[in-house]
Amino acid sequence: MSGRADGDLALEQKIGTRAMPAVRRRRLRGESVAEALVRVSGISVIVFVALVFVFLAREGIPAFFEVEASNLLGTRWYPTVGRYGLLPLISGSLLVTVGAVLISVPLGLAAAIYMHELAPAWLREILKPLIEILAGIPSVVLGFLGMIAVAPFLRAHLNMPTGLSAFAGSLMLAYMALPTIISVSDDAIDAVPRSYRDASLALGANHWQTICHAIVPAARSGIMVAIMLGIGRAIGETMAVLMVTGNAARMPDGLGALFQPVRTMTATIAAEMGEVANGSVHYHVLFAVGIVLFLITFLVNLLASVLVLRRSTRSDQLLE
Amino acid sequence: MTGDRRVVLVGILLAVSLLAASCSSGGQGGAARAPEQTIQNKGSDTMVNLALAWAEAYAKRRPEVRVSVTGGGSGTGIAALFNGTVDIANASRALTEEEKATARQMGFEAVEEVVALDAIAVVVHPSNPVDALTIPQLSDIFTGRITNWREVGGEDRPIVLVSRESNSGTYAYFLERVVRQGRHDSQDLFSPNALLMPSSEGISNEVRQNPNAIGYDGLGYVTPDQKVIRVAVAPGAPAIAPSPETVKDGSYPIARPLYMVTRGKPTGAVAEYLEWIKGPEGQAIVRELGFVPLQ
Repeated sequence: MSGRADGDLALEQKIGTRAMPAVRRRRLRGESVAEALVRVSGISVIVFVALVFVFLAREGIPAFFEVEASNLLGTRWYPTVGRYGLLPLISGSLLVTVGAVLISVPLGLAAAIYMHELAPAWLREILKPLIEILAGIPSVVLGFLGMIAVAPFLRAHLNMPTGLSAFAGSLMLAYMALPTIISVSDDAIDAVPRSYRDASLALGANHWQTICHAIVPAARSGIMVAIMLGIGRAIGETMAVLMVTGNAARMPDGLGALFQPVRTMTATIAAEMGEVANGSVHYHVLFAVGIVLFLITFLVNLLASVLVLRRSTRSDQLLE
Repeated sequence: MTGDRRVVLVGILLAVSLLAASCSSGGQGGAARAPEQTIQNKGSDTMVNLALAWAEAYAKRRPEVRVSVTGGGSGTGIAALFNGTVDIANASRALTEEEKATARQMGFEAVEEVVALDAIAVVVHPSNPVDALTIPQLSDIFTGRITNWREVGGEDRPIVLVSRESNSGTYAYFLERVVRQGRHDSQDLFSPNALLMPSSEGISNEVRQNPNAIGYDGLGYVTPDQKVIRVAVAPGAPAIAPSPETVKDGSYPIARPLYMVTRGKPTGAVAEYLEWIKGPEGQAIVRELGFVPLQ
């Protein structure tokens, strides 16, 4: 895209300087205004992020002085009696997110490969818009669906004490992350140059070998980005999780914990923020939970950037 | 490098939008108050239907006074009252000493008036054979000391606890009256395995479809597709089903007063409204909605 823009600019310059000097001058003024506007918007994004962080820190950091570390690192979250153990919330969020990734990544990647490589053209034309519609479903609708349909189904068929569990949350989050993973992976595969495919086929590889050994590895960094964006969507999601995970602040104990209720950080903030008195310890601790969440999302994004950087040659082009 | 910058930005945006969502619910914007003929009323979710019915009936009687009602929980309503955004807070619990002290610090006395009585019903799935429990048994169940229905005379099934969120007045009252059995020295808490539901609908939805579940909620919120448990104060005492009669004569043990709280002694339109609520017309509505009237 940037290449095309450069070309247009060069063309404009040619037309402007040689044929229409007056228009060119007016355009220059317009351009400088536009440029200033663009610069202000760009800088304001940085300012907003900084402000958010300052606000978070101002409201959340007092918690680390008001509550002893042993309490914050405890395993009991009972804010009404001053127990502010964050571990059940953090592990709850991680459990639900890991579950969602385990479900959505293989499914999403396979769907992207199928759509791009194997599906007939007419089916692809139907699938693409359908997936975009999927991305537009509000999470509260999914949460409601999860609460009245998925959770009872899980309880009845997996013989769980209750269907409101980390697994139900993972299923809903996977559903929400899928459209992102599919469409970004699809774009990544689409950006693999035709010559790679041709070379692989010319060397005698069949279609499947070409997909596994040439196309997917070449699209790897783009697929990585897809996965990270999916994780980002999953860990920050609130409403659906609040409705289907049961919100019991218990510590996970082994693998079975995926089929037990959990309480995530986002659900805790959403459920309790409306009630707390401004400036109370509980209020500060909820912002501290926000800081932890912010740091985790930041780490995930940093990890994604590092992974992309390592194989940046292709990814830059794919993401343009 | 725009690629990875974009990833970081999208991630940050996610965090920002999350924050925005969490902040907005904690905000305290200075809502404009129309000159004395509008009464802002907010608080307990247990009371929200009752408060709405009062507001509607009052609008017919006194069309010049507008009462607008919102829920959110007792604590939310009290916080809004202290912030000055509402005139009356609905609370399904008495104010805590801490809240009273906060009010005095802010320069007014928080005045609470009992406007109705409420009973908390303990509910299970209709197929559950258990139909009476004692308060000590309920305490053992909700603290997680009893985890199987077999131990209280039911089938061999795990017990799934369904509770309101900790910001609910119903939660606070159930904790004090049932889980701690009314003892002030008790440190008992809900089991960490208890499901905390953000709404009454969440509770009834889980209880009506899950044969393992036991939940509790205001008597006015119990739908016919849930089974109401009879409750005895102690082993050997008679087990009583909640009803207006048993609440009023004091034999049903899990009942409580519902309050309306104002900044200082109510005056003007607010005082008239509270008088009307406590009068025969207001109390008739209490009875209609499944709560228990004062007289």
